[in-house]
Parts: sequence; C-alpha cells; structure tokens
Amino acid sequence: MAQVFPKSSNTLSKASIVVAGLVVAALGLATININRTTYVNTQSMPIDQVVQFTHTHHVGSLGIDCRFCHFSVEESSFAGIPPSKTCMGCHSVVWKDAPILEPVRESYRNDTSVEWTRVHDLPEFVYFNHSIHVNKGVGCESCHGRVDKMPLMMRENSLNMEWCLACHRAPEKFLRPKDKVFTMGWDPVKELGVSQEELGLKLKEENHVQSRTNCATCHR
Amino acid sequence: MKLHHAVFLASAALFAAACRQDMHDQPKHKPFTGSVLFKDHRSARPLVAGTVARGQLMEDEHLWTGKIDGKPAETFPAALAAHFGGGADWQARMLARGHDRFQIQCTPCHGSVGDGNGMIVQRGMKRPPSYHIDRLQKAPPGYFFDVITNGFGAMFDQRDRIQVEDRWAIVAYLRALQLSQNAQYADLSAEQRDELDHPKPRTEGQSHSTEHGR
Ligand code: HEC
Ligand code: HEC
Ligand code: HEC
Ligand code: HEC
Ligand code: HEC
Ligand code: HEC
Repeated sequence: MAQVFPKSSNTLSKASIVVAGLVVAALGLATININRTTYVNTQSMPIDQVVQFTHTHHVGSLGIDCRFCHFSVEESSFAGIPPSKTCMGCHSVVWKDAPILEPVRESYRNDTSVEWTRVHDLPEFVYFNHSIHVNKGVGCESCHGRVDKMPLMMRENSLNMEWCLACHRAPEKFLRPKDKVFTMGWDPVKELGVSQEELGLKLKEENHVQSRTNCATCHR
Repeated sequence: MKLHHAVFLASAALFAAACRQDMHDQPKHKPFTGSVLFKDHRSARPLVAGTVARGQLMEDEHLWTGKIDGKPAETFPAALAAHFGGGADWQARMLARGHDRFQIQCTPCHGSVGDGNGMIVQRGMKRPPSYHIDRLQKAPPGYFFDVITNGFGAMFDQRDRIQVEDRWAIVAYLRALQLSQNAQYADLSAEQRDELDHPKPRTEGQSHSTEHGR
C-alpha cells in the first residue's frame, strides 16, 4: 500500500507548529491592542446622558467654578456629582420650564436620582484619590482636558496604568500653583513667563511632591 | 488538525481577554453606584431617623444655627478660633478662606463685589439685593449665617455644599466686603490715614495672596 502522506509532509507539519504559534501570538497581540484602542475603551467619545448637561455653557461661558458642583473634590477621594437640588438652585428660576430639564425637575420633585452614565471608571482593583492630586497641585485639566470646551463630557485620557505612571514618574511636567488647579487653559509660559520644567521642579520641591511608582500606591 | 489547535487556542485567548471585565467590575459599590437591591436604586442608604454622626451633635446653638436664644447672633462663635488653627492670625486665615469660598459659591449670582450683578443674574436669575444696602449693612452676622444655611426666598439653602465653619468664614468675608465698599476716612487708623495721604510704592512682601508670591 502506498503511503498516505508523502515525505514532504514532515517538513510541512514541523512548519505548521511554528505557524500555529505565530497565529496565536498575533491574535493575542491583536486582542490586547483592540482592547486598548480608543474605540473599545470609549476614550474621546462623548457619552450621551439623560440630561444633555454642557460644561461648555456652565464652565466656559458662565464661569462657574468646578467646586460649585463637584464640591468634595478637595477633601475626598471622590469628586462628587451634584444632586439635582444644586441644579434647581438656578433652574427653578432660569430655564424654569425647559423640556430638556424635565428629568432634573422630576428627580427633585420625587426625591429620586438622576441616573448619569459614568464617563471615567477605573477598574475596581485600582485605588484613586482626587484630594491628594488637587492638593499637590495637579490641575483638573491635566487629567480631564479642556472640560470648558466639552459640549458633552468625554474622557480625554486612556486612564491606562502607563498613563498614570507617566506622570507619577515625572510629576514636574504637570504641577501648577495650587490656586490654578481649577483653571482651564492655564499656561505657565504665558502667565508667569517660565517653562513648565522650571516651574514644576520648583513646585515639586516647595510642596514636597514625591514620585510614587510603588505598586501598592494604586493597588492596595 | 493543527489548524484546529490554533483556532482553539486563539479562541481561548479571546475568551480569556473577554473575562478581563470581571475583575474590572466587581460587585462592590463605589460612591453613587446604582443598586438593584433597593427600591430607590441608591447604594448609599439614607441615615435612619435620629442618627447622630460623630461631630454632628450640634450642641453649640451659636455655631450651628447662628442664633443665641432664638435671636440672630451679633458675634462669631468661639469655636471658630480652634478650627482655623488658633494663634494670633487665625482671623486672617478665616478671612482668606471666606474669600475663597465666596468666590466659588456666591459670586455666580451676587457678583464679586456683592452688588447682586453676577453672571447668572445676567442670564435670567432673580436679582438679589446688594450687600451694601442699609438694611443688610445693619444685619448681624447671625442673620447672614441663617440665609446661607436655610436659604431666603428664591435663593436655595447651601448647607449641604458648604461646611458650617466655612459658612461663618464667608460671613466674615461679607463683613469685610461691606466695610471695604463703605469705608470712611474716619474709620482708618492713624497709620492707614498716613499711608493713604502719602502713598508709597508697594513692596513684594506686603502682598496677601497666599501660596506663591510671584
Ligand atoms: C453646574 C455644575 C457643574 C460644574 C460647574 C462643573 N461640573 Fe463637571 N459635571 C457636572 C455634572 C452634572 C456631571 C455629570 C454629567 C456628565 O457626565 O456630563 C459632571 C461630570 C463631570 C466629569 C465626568 C464624570 C464622570 O462621569 O466620569 C468630569 C471629569 C467633570 N465633570 C469635571 C469638571 C471640571 C474639571 C469642572 C470645572 C472646570 C466641572 N466639572 C464643573 C456638573 C458640573
Ligand atoms: C449657578 C447656576 C446654575 C446651576 C447650578 C446649573 N445651571 Fe444649568 N444653566 C444655567 C444658565 C444660566 C443656563 C443658560 C445658559 C445660557 O444662557 O447660555 C443654563 C442652561 C442649562 C441647560 C440648557 C442647555 C445649555 O447647556 O445651554 C441645561 C440642560 C442645564 N443648564 C442643565 C443643568 C444641570 C443638569 C445642572 C445641575 C447639575 C445645572 N444646569 C446647574 C445656570 C445654572
Ligand atoms: C490625577 C488625575 C486627575 C485629576 C487631577 C482630577 N481627576 Fe477627576 N478623575 C480622575 C480619574 C482617574 C477618575 C475616575 C475615578 C474612578 O473611576 O474611581 C476621575 C473621576 C472624576 C469624576 C467622576 C466622579 C468620581 O470622583 O469618580 C469627576 C466629577 C471628576 N473626576 C472631576 C474632577 C475635578 C473637578 C477635578 C479638579 C479639581 C479633577 N477631577 C481632577 C482623574 C483625575
Ligand atoms: C498628571 C499627573 C498625575 C497623574 C496623571 C496621576 N497622578 Fe496620582 N499622583 C500625582 C501626584 C503629584 C501625587 C502626589 C504624590 C505625593 O507627593 O505624595 C499623586 C498621588 C497619588 C496617590 C496617593 C499616593 C499616596 O501614597 O497617598 C494615588 C493613590 C494616586 N496618585 C493614584 C493615581 C492613579 C490610579 C492614577 C491614574 C488613573 C494617577 N494617580 C494619575 C500625579 C498624578
Ligand atoms: C499610579 C498608579 C499605579 C501604579 C503605581 C501601578 N498600577 Fe497597575 N494599574 C493601574 C491602573 C489605573 C490599572 C488599570 C488599567 C486599565 O484600566 O486597563 C492597572 C492595572 C494593573 C493590572 C491589570 C492589567 C489588566 O490588563 O487588567 C496589573 C496586573 C497591574 N496593574 C500590576 C501592577 C504592578 C505589578 C505594579 C507595580 C510594578 C503596578 N500595577 C503599579 C495603576 C497603577
Ligand atoms: C443661585 C444664585 C445664588 C447663589 C449661588 C447665592 N445666592 Fe444669595 N441670593 C440669591 C437671590 C436670588 C436672592 C434674593 C432672594 C429673594 O429675595 O427672593 C439672594 C439673597 C441673599 C441675601 C439677602 C437676604 C435678604 O435679607 O435680602 C444674602 C445675605 C445672600 N443671598 C447671601 C448669599 C451668600 C453668602 C451666598 C454664598 C454662600 C449666596 N447668597 C449664594 C441668589 C443666590
């Protein structure tokens, strides 16, 4: 009986082991990279909400301070989302009957919550704290971008581990004077005539800012 | 055969990658996370009626209500000194804090000099009275504290947003603002009069702005 497989199939089967390995590796790499794309992790995509709240109007043109609404950002790990009572302080008079605000009025009337969709959401195994960043002079803008130019809130940065670490390794690239933390569009060259490097190193020294890269800083 | 292996391994890899979200979204509650367990969908539960949290006993009537025996207090509560760090300059610290909080919480409506012409008023909010009208000039500190704490007419109360000591700090700043807008030559000390009559160039060290004296 003639052999089913010709001799050349030896080489072929050996090669196919290598190829199979490569295919697996390539697929693995592809999944990792697909997971990191802005499409999958929704970075830079405006998130639709029950109420089309705009930071452009409230922060950009009305000039309301972040802390008017996100009032626990200086003291707590959590920045805080304003209750509908905060909105109603103005909107019981301004745009009193606008249909766009009906969910807010309803929530205020019935003591229910407006269900906002989270835009930033770290995995549960990561510990994050707003207050230390704000009090050491990291501006909202460094992490959240130009909020005053966002009609709908979106995520400016990936919130990947490597993104956190890029700053933790060299915080001087981002530090600001503490009274400029809440300001949007602040530029050390224009405002103070010094480079970010020079200012950052000085502030790092003054405010005793550490470079924290130990795993236990964020995974505890 | 080999191809089957490859496909199997690849789908296993995909499957493992998809599992990633399990560790990312664990069944624990971060602040304000919704919950299906309770009727109101809130994971944060309201306090049971009658609960008193630490530091919330509110025994000090003067501090918490701005009243003494039911009448608006003419003075600031004694407890503030300790809160603002005591020492000789605690009042200066309180004023600085008050200025800061006033800018954040009050200027949108009342304007930065307190004339009632803030940005929101220009966009249709009811116009508040100026702080510099005679009636409010004469009102005691406890009255302002009460307006911030309980609201007044079209103005909502701000007690959830502003802690009690900060409310007093704002009142102190309001007083300073009222004085600044209505200062009389006679109110000044001899030294200040001298400075006004013979102005000298400002030196760097005199600036009261904190943090960075650049
Ligand atoms: C008038 C109230 C108000 C002011 C002022 C305000 N915000 Fe917001 N902010 C909100 C509300 C309401 C939401 C939730 C809806 C949304 O995501 O758009 C929000 C959402 C956000 C989020 C996204 C939260 C998430 O879901 O991850 C960020 C970041 C943020 N704000 C930053 C800022 C910064 C920075 C400032 C100051 C420059 C600011 N906000 C000023 C009301 C306000
Ligand atoms: C300090 C006052 C103030 C507060 C607090 C406030 N708003 Fe507004 N809001 C305004 C004013 C004034 C306008 C009209 C904007 C204009 O004329 O440009 C407005 C407009 C709006 C609009 C109409 C669309 C737009 O953006 O122009 C929506 C929706 C809205 N606000 C939602 C909210 C929500 C939700 C909250 C609570 C998180 C809130 N606002 C809190 C003052 C306020
Ligand atoms: C060091 C980077 C960083 C800075 C600086 C920062 N944030 Fe955030 N912010 C984050 C991250 C990360 C999250 C997501 C937190 C989570 O998922 O637990 C977040 C979430 C939020 C949220 C949603 C609610 C919450 O706390 O989870 C709001 C609102 C917000 N930030 C507002 C602000 C404001 C206002 C400032 C400036 C005072 C600010 N942030 C400064 C990184 C930052
Ligand atoms: C733009 C700069 C910047 C970014 C981005 C940033 N951080 Fe930080 N972080 C700092 C600085 C500055 C400190 C203060 C370090 C010190 O002096 O203790 C800090 C401190 C912390 C601390 C407190 C450390 C402690 O021991 O108390 C935690 C936790 C933390 N960061 C987590 C994160 C996480 C998680 C991310 C990413 C989601 C992140 N940070 C992104 C600048 C940054
Ligand atoms: C500055 C904060 C910070 C520090 C320090 C840090 N991490 Fe992370 N880590 C994060 C964040 C944020 C994520 C989530 C990234 C994401 O959403 O994909 C993460 C995710 C991870 C993951 C899961 C990755 C995945 O794909 O799910 C592992 C494993 C991890 N970190 C290990 C470490 C180790 C080991 C160290 C010390 C060498 C460390 N981390 C230090 C912030 C930090
Ligand atoms: C959303 C806009 C708004 C904000 C923010 C606001 N107010 Fe008012 N305030 C008003 C309006 C409107 C009135 C007039 C109410 C009326 O007569 O119905 C008023 C009235 C007052 C009065 C006068 C009461 C009287 O006897 O006539 C005082 C004092 C006052 N506010 C203090 C404050 C302080 C202090 C803050 C900051 C902590 C503040 N307000 C924040 C809108 C606001």
